[in-house]
Amino acid sequence: MTSLINKTRVKNKAKNVFSSPWAAFAAWVIAILWTIPTFGLLVSSIRPEQDINTSGWWMFFVQPNVSFENYRQVLFEGTTTNPPLYQFFFNSLAVTLPAVIFPITLAVFAAYSLAWFEFKGRDFIFFSIFALQVIPLQLALVPLLQLFAKGLVIGEVTIIPDFDITGTYIPIWIAHTIFGLPMAIFLLHNFLRQIPRELIEAARVDGAGWFTLFSKIVLPLSIPAIASFAIFQFLWVWNDLLVGLTFGGGAKEVAPMTVRLAEMVGTRGSGWELLTAGAFVSIIVPLIVFFALQRYFVRGLLAGSVKG
Amino acid sequence: MFTLALHAARKTPADIIAENFTLLALALLSFGAVIFLIFLLASRTSVKTQEWLKYLVFLVPSILLLVVGLIYPAIRTLILSFMDKEAEQFVGFENYIWAFTIPEITVVLANTAIWVVTAPVLSTVIGLAIAYMTDRMKRPAAIKSLIFMPMAISFVGAGVIWKFVYNYQPREDKPDIGLLSAIFKGLGLTPPNWLLEAPLNTFLLIVVMIWIQTGFAMVVLSAALKNVPDEVVEAAMLDGATPWKRFYLVSVPMIRATIVVVLTTITIGTLKVFDIVRTMTGGNFQTNVIANEMYSQAFRQMNYGQGSALAMILFVAIVPIIIYNIRQLRLERTER
Repeated sequence: MTSLINKTRVKNKAKNVFSSPWAAFAAWVIAILWTIPTFGLLVSSIRPEQDINTSGWWMFFVQPNVSFENYRQVLFEGTTTNPPLYQFFFNSLAVTLPAVIFPITLAVFAAYSLAWFEFKGRDFIFFSIFALQVIPLQLALVPLLQLFAKGLVIGEVTIIPDFDITGTYIPIWIAHTIFGLPMAIFLLHNFLRQIPRELIEAARVDGAGWFTLFSKIVLPLSIPAIASFAIFQFLWVWNDLLVGLTFGGGAKEVAPMTVRLAEMVGTRGSGWELLTAGAFVSIIVPLIVFFALQRYFVRGLLAGSVKG
Repeated sequence: MFTLALHAARKTPADIIAENFTLLALALLSFGAVIFLIFLLASRTSVKTQEWLKYLVFLVPSILLLVVGLIYPAIRTLILSFMDKEAEQFVGFENYIWAFTIPEITVVLANTAIWVVTAPVLSTVIGLAIAYMTDRMKRPAAIKSLIFMPMAISFVGAGVIWKFVYNYQPREDKPDIGLLSAIFKGLGLTPPNWLLEAPLNTFLLIVVMIWIQTGFAMVVLSAALKNVPDEVVEAAMLDGATPWKRFYLVSVPMIRATIVVVLTTITIGTLKVFDIVRTMTGGNFQTNVIANEMYSQAFRQMNYGQGSALAMILFVAIVPIIIYNIRQLRLERTER
């Protein structure tokens, strides 16, 4: 009790010195500076086309004309070559759901086995997986794409047949699963290790098999860790451009929103009224997820980088 | 059945979405069903069978995927980097010599170096400053959320946001819609054509990266600062250390390991940066970086040899950073 009081005293004293109003003021200035670009995008996206192209977004506060025409146009009006953005929105959803669920499922399995099975070479496998995080996506890109396009044939022997899945979601799902696995296994392993040994052993003594042990004890206990990583993987997949661009095979039927947005930026003629609205549509989902689940996201972030 | 998408030219978006979601539902359901069945059957097997079955179910799928999807492709890329355009003949070190001698590519390497030197350091310094400023604040949540927010935005989205900030109006008689130009004119200066002028444009792209990564640095470093024992800070105060001295003589050394982790994490992210450059300049006007050039070589020019060599250079640049990182962590652990 005394130590608690002591601690509060020290903290209060420290606070008096640290929390100078200047520091708070500076922090607020930086925070506002950091937000202005996004805020400008949001304001622009709800201004009429005429206003956007003839005055800066800050003029909105002088002539506050609000119009959702940009959103209607970018979301629902397509051309013969370019489908409307709402199709890409659903593409992003269809890419993201399995690309989050698959790697997490496989990673929990692998983390469980690496944390609690006793076998030779366990540490070697664990450290190899840890080391695999080093491999940049770019290094695996071309050969993995060829695997999807042609299968794997060594000499005359077909190791992996050509499944003819190019232009569907399947290569994108598998690629995201593979690239997400090392990090997911590493994080979840660190977490699963912390389950008390007595708990596992007690269940084993009671006659629970390895599978029952997993579904009855390990899985329920690891839900918070899974949630933290799921947010991570969600943001990473939803915001990804490179995998969607390459593994989608250029098909508009499967391309996620980021691919379409990057294309809109590159083409002349896509005016700012459409770009700003389109960009806001693409960032709104991760922003909602971020603000709603920020606490879990931070927890996952810290597990990954502070404890190492 | 998986080639549905190929005949989709005449389909409406609604049809495509319906088809895609059918495939999605099918994939998720069959994935769930397979796992459910495996567990149902496996949990009924004898203790002895489970002893080997557990490896097959829990560990083997991940290892197989990693070997086939990551290790094999990485080795293959290494081999491809010594082969010609179509991956038919070995050419020795030609692709690497190409990368280090052709002026267009040396610019790419130099730009990547500029990115790697500036973006991680500036993000970490600004992040640390904010973390320290808000450390003893009563309600830092709002400030931190705002600075952290760009982390949730895609690089492409960030590219659009900042391209708008950097928008340049060439005609004198028209009003500016880019914020930066307007500020410059307001101050009586003539704004440059932001994204077209090298080397200014590379630094403007780096600003976008810093904007995204500062929040990450701030969150991680602020957690580390919270772990610095109050007694240490108290002791320094009693010794009469000024706030600035307390900062760099007490706080910074105590969170050194975390600073290293943050720096290296952002460095690796910076080395791989691709989306920002591609969205904002397309790698033109001397702003190109390795990751973007690797993409153009492999997927635009269809030059697998040179693309692979660039990927290898990227990899070789990352390895020492990771090794340093692991060493620092170990050092810190033994010191405790």
